[in-house]
Amino acid sequence: MNSSTSTPAIETGDVCRYYPMGAGLIRAVDGISLTIARGEFVALLGQSGSGKSTLLNLLAGLDHATSGFVRVQGRDLATMSSQELAAYRRNDVGMVFQAFHLIPNMTITENVELPMRFAEVDRAERAKRVRESLERVGLGNRLEHRPAELSGGEQQRVSLARALVNRPSLLLADEPTGNLDSRTGEDILNLIRDLSLSLGMTVVMVTHERALAERFARRLIFLADGKVISSSRQGPAARSGFGLAGEEEVRV
Amino acid sequence: MKGYDLFELAVRNLRQSKLRNGLTTVGISVGVASLVAMLSLGVGLQQLATKRLAGSGMFDTVFVTSKQDFRGFDREEDQKDQHPENAPLLDEAARQKMEKLQYVTEVEPEIRVMGQIVYSGQTHFGFVTGLPMSARENEAFDSMQGSFFSRSDADEVILLNDFARELEPKDPKSLIGKEVTLRYGEHQPLAADADSSGTPEVAAEQSSSSSTNDDYGFSVVRKTQPLKVVGIVDEEPYGGMRTVSRGRIFLPVDLTEKLNMAQFGDMRSSLGSGGKTFMTLTVRVKDPAKVAQVQDAIKNMGFRTFSVLDATKSLRRFFTVLDLFLGIFGSLALAVATLAIINTLVMAVLERRREIGIMKAIGASDSDVKRLFFAEAGAMGFFGGILGIGIGFAIGKAINLGTGIYLHNHQLPAEAVWILPSWLIGAAIGFSIFVSLIAGLYPASRAARLDPVQTLKYE
Repeated sequence: MNSSTSTPAIETGDVCRYYPMGAGLIRAVDGISLTIARGEFVALLGQSGSGKSTLLNLLAGLDHATSGFVRVQGRDLATMSSQELAAYRRNDVGMVFQAFHLIPNMTITENVELPMRFAEVDRAERAKRVRESLERVGLGNRLEHRPAELSGGEQQRVSLARALVNRPSLLLADEPTGNLDSRTGEDILNLIRDLSLSLGMTVVMVTHERALAERFARRLIFLADGKVISSSRQGPAARSGFGLAGEEEVRV
Repeated sequence: MKGYDLFELAVRNLRQSKLRNGLTTVGISVGVASLVAMLSLGVGLQQLATKRLAGSGMFDTVFVTSKQDFRGFDREEDQKDQHPENAPLLDEAARQKMEKLQYVTEVEPEIRVMGQIVYSGQTHFGFVTGLPMSARENEAFDSMQGSFFSRSDADEVILLNDFARELEPKDPKSLIGKEVTLRYGEHQPLAADADSSGTPEVAAEQSSSSSTNDDYGFSVVRKTQPLKVVGIVDEEPYGGMRTVSRGRIFLPVDLTEKLNMAQFGDMRSSLGSGGKTFMTLTVRVKDPAKVAQVQDAIKNMGFRTFSVLDATKSLRRFFTVLDLFLGIFGSLALAVATLAIINTLVMAVLERRREIGIMKAIGASDSDVKRLFFAEAGAMGFFGGILGIGIGFAIGKAINLGTGIYLHNHQLPAEAVWILPSWLIGAAIGFSIFVSLIAGLYPASRAARLDPVQTLKYE
């Protein structure tokens, strides 16, 4: 645990992800080097096709880099077996998606419980953590409903509860507000930011809504054509009364 | 993922598309049912055959014939002996020798002759056979009316029910205790110094021969013997499998010997050495496990032997082949069901692409996904197996009922030709799961190989 204070949460070095497409090559991620500190809330911004989702998948260990490295808490994902990557995803990472990706035929409780089945958590413990997790996102009732019976915002809360249930240190959110109206979207981001602060969780969020990103993220990273075009550290918290002052823009 | 979680998820997934998985499960069950029905039929037939043999009381019996007599059951062995005329005779001396062998409890001749029963002025023909006292233990006498012979040489007779009805059509039972007269042919050897005019041919032959001791012959003289009917038996003893059981008039064996009845074999033995010989001796052994040992000992004395061990050997071979064929036919339906499982699961993988992607994204390993589909295949196999046993059981009951009606229509006692042993229940369910798991191999590995990034793309 000694290294945990010194090593960054995420470190990528010249990471690339190319896809073959017909005769050519799509450079979805093309040489990105990033360092994200523990507890940081980072937004990845860019047009669609800019490579932000691919980068997120690389961080999640769902996709493999063509070259370069991705280190999470000092561990190089490229050296990990598929078993180890699965363990990494279930213990260290929580994921939230634009389409919620809840399993439609399972109840809310069962959806939230699912990652713990893979993590082989005891039954009694599971029930407790499901309740905790759902309360944390503000869903204490309607536990036996199916996702389709809930509103979009509620579904995203469930998916957030599912992401948190194994107590990850890293939350990866892919357009978490994309399917929500702006009020609900703000509510969700408020929730994510609060959780990040209270649990000391690192958050990487992909979005194309700059305004929301500016309000909630501590750092904005702009991507285009698989490359970082600018990175700005800012004080979203300034308005909410949290730390870091001023605004800096770094051109790459 | 833990076993019970796996099973729980598998079952809930199966319940999501009830119709499709239900149909597949029914398909498996039909396969299992046909396998179970076929194999149980094999088992049933085998038990039926062995029961018949066991009922014959032959498992503890060795049949001994002389190699001088007609060919025996074992052709191969016969061909080894090129000179059967030198083989020892099956006579009283040989019988006494066999009685002294270890484990032998009884050596009795098999006597079966044609005879007549005279009752209230009427004459009735029938085969007369001699039964040893040990026949009392045979199951045929369990249900007899009256009682068994009091002594092995008592002037008593037991009649087969059919025959008793011939004598007394209205009330065969009333025969018990009554006296009937047996008319039979007595074997009377000619004295060695008999008047040659009595046997001209023999005499003629004798004149050309240097030996005077070669002169031998016998007469068949009609005799009568009063007998008391002590019992009436419904079935032929020993399941009708033995020479002595194929008669309708049963006498105690010592009485038949004492009466010195002329037998079919007498003609032949008179051409041989002369002197009294037996066609067949039945040697009863104390313990069926010692039959082989006694059989070998008698074989070494130079006789031809036969025991049910020889019969069961070929019977077992026959049933192994039968079971194999029944099993193969039964398995065909299960093989078709296997294709149904593969199809169902491949469809499920396609339909649940996104779900698989989600599971992987939230931490399921490839092997978790693989095992989940495996478990689904196994669960279908398990439920299909149970259902199949049920269907197979119903089919078997129908077969038994059908054969029962058929046998009844032919005035035969009902027999269970279809028997479902408990090992087959376990084996069928196990086999069903095993086959289903094999069928699940391909879909499961397909599911495990799915790329989560592709499946989670927003559609």
